[in-house]
Amino acid sequence: MNPALLALPVALPLLAAGLLVLAPDRRPLHRLTGLTASAAVLVLGALLLAATAGGAVLTHDLGGWRPGIAIVLAADAFAAVMVTVTALLAVVCLAFAAGTGDDRHRLFVPLALVLTAGVYGAYLTADLFTLFVFVEVMLVPSYVLVGLGGGARRLAAVRLYVTVNLLASTVFLAGIGLVYGAAGAVNLGELAGAAADPAVAVAGGVVLLAMAVKAAVVPVHGWLPRAYSAAPPAVTALFSGLLTKVGVYAVFRIWSVLYGGGAEYLWLVMAAALLTMVVGVLGAVGEQAIRPILTFHMVSQIGYALLGLALATVAGLAAAIFFLVQYVLVKAALLMCAGAVETTYGTDQLDRLGRIVARSPLLAVAFAASALSLVGIPPLSGFVAKLSLVTAAAGAGRYVAAGVAVAVSLLTLMSMLKIWNGAFWRDEPEGGAGTGATAVRGRVRFALTAPALVLAALAVGLGVAAEPLLAFAQVAAEGLVDPSAYVEAVRAP
Amino acid sequence: MTAAVAVGLLVAGGVYLILQRGLLRVVLGFVLLGHGVNVLVVAAGGMQRRAAPLLDRTDPEVSADPLPQAFVLTAIVITFAITVYLLGLLRADPDRGTGTARR
Repeated sequence: MNPALLALPVALPLLAAGLLVLAPDRRPLHRLTGLTASAAVLVLGALLLAATAGGAVLTHDLGGWRPGIAIVLAADAFAAVMVTVTALLAVVCLAFAAGTGDDRHRLFVPLALVLTAGVYGAYLTADLFTLFVFVEVMLVPSYVLVGLGGGARRLAAVRLYVTVNLLASTVFLAGIGLVYGAAGAVNLGELAGAAADPAVAVAGGVVLLAMAVKAAVVPVHGWLPRAYSAAPPAVTALFSGLLTKVGVYAVFRIWSVLYGGGAEYLWLVMAAALLTMVVGVLGAVGEQAIRPILTFHMVSQIGYALLGLALATVAGLAAAIFFLVQYVLVKAALLMCAGAVETTYGTDQLDRLGRIVARSPLLAVAFAASALSLVGIPPLSGFVAKLSLVTAAAGAGRYVAAGVAVAVSLLTLMSMLKIWNGAFWRDEPEGGAGTGATAVRGRVRFALTAPALVLAALAVGLGVAAEPLLAFAQVAAEGLVDPSAYVEAVRAP
Repeated sequence: MTAAVAVGLLVAGGVYLILQRGLLRVVLGFVLLGHGVNVLVVAAGGMQRRAAPLLDRTDPEVSADPLPQAFVLTAIVITFAITVYLLGLLRADPDRGTGTARR
């Protein structure tokens, strides 16, 4: 494929968003354009997957500037798979937003498109400062999307979300300045292995800290459950698959290139990974509503992805990449189920729900499949992901980490059972009609159920036919363990 | 040295303001923090060489590093946009971000 196409995942959504702002009140047009632009990026992502499956790295110097001066976009297997899964999620989330009515605001679709453009850019860039710019392109629309619809609770969440992320961005920029001061470059190719110099290692640590905040790694995770559970339902589903993943991706990429695997600091990553897994899952225990439980589990799942990085083996990284891809889909499916319940019944408090399985069996099926996949029950995709992670941990001799991963899965199962029993299975709360004890009336519309069903079906499909993605994750992991091909491709001649 | 002191003062002031209750102070705190980080990035290019970086006209030995300046220009634009957004948020808040009004 022509490397110039690398600019399209960023350019297309931005262009579409710009055009839509000019036609503010035409919702069908907005929906159609949003879906078309995202679907086009999905096709581009598939082309990228095909082009990078052999381990090749595509690069493109933006604007035809001389190499070394131009902004470099680069796609290897890891970036390609993240772009593809992001585009897929964007399509499904825009369809879901049309179902919930969250897209009734005339800026919803343009903002969502700009946000995805920032995410694609962050995956494709090979330069720390451009990464900062794309992260900002992604965050600025997200500040607005979190608060869409208003209300005191949402406004408080916006304030928390904006201040935390703004502070992290400031720290990120400071880190980039320090890296430039210490190493004299921000191009990842020029920075390869630069962390052998302790000054660069510390400066890179500042960048990694900022990325850890965006990825919601314990102990800098506190903002995520509070902000995400207050955002509009479709927005939470979109964010879950996009924003924190950029943080994780950047940590993986910087660790691989700048630190060259950084064996002497790996214990720190391992400690953060295990803490994140445990603290996230325990945080969910005390929650009594669907979305807060699910958002705490997001923190926990980030820990699993980091665990693969902390192992620093091809098997571990391959497992982590497979985990990330399937987790993006599964988590969004769960949050869409929660959003469907909340949109239909007006609440996601477990004590006011019950017996949804009788009224909306399809929604219950979608929830059950994705919840079991999140836990890691065969034959679903989560099982393959967790099995390969645990095998990789045991293979590297990290038996404690393997044990924690299994134990956290068990606690995850408890949380999922709590939602299943509280909202879907048990009889409705006592009190009879008219007392307001139960909020469950009527059925969940199919437009709300269908997106979650599609994603749940993918979770089943990725579990039963895991081989292609596993093989691809293997290629991507090899590119991370030995980044020389990537470095060679993005470095100025 | 001057740059280090300036960064230190700006960041200290910024952090102090961010920890305050009112949203307006938080906004001003972020403005100060942004300035602090911008000075830091410019300083990362070296403070000694000050000549205009014109190709073929100035000696590269004395000309300033243009890259951090370009970074900072971009960062200033982003900070400006976000400051405007934060002020809009402040305007939308019924108690002007102090958290004191009855809810």
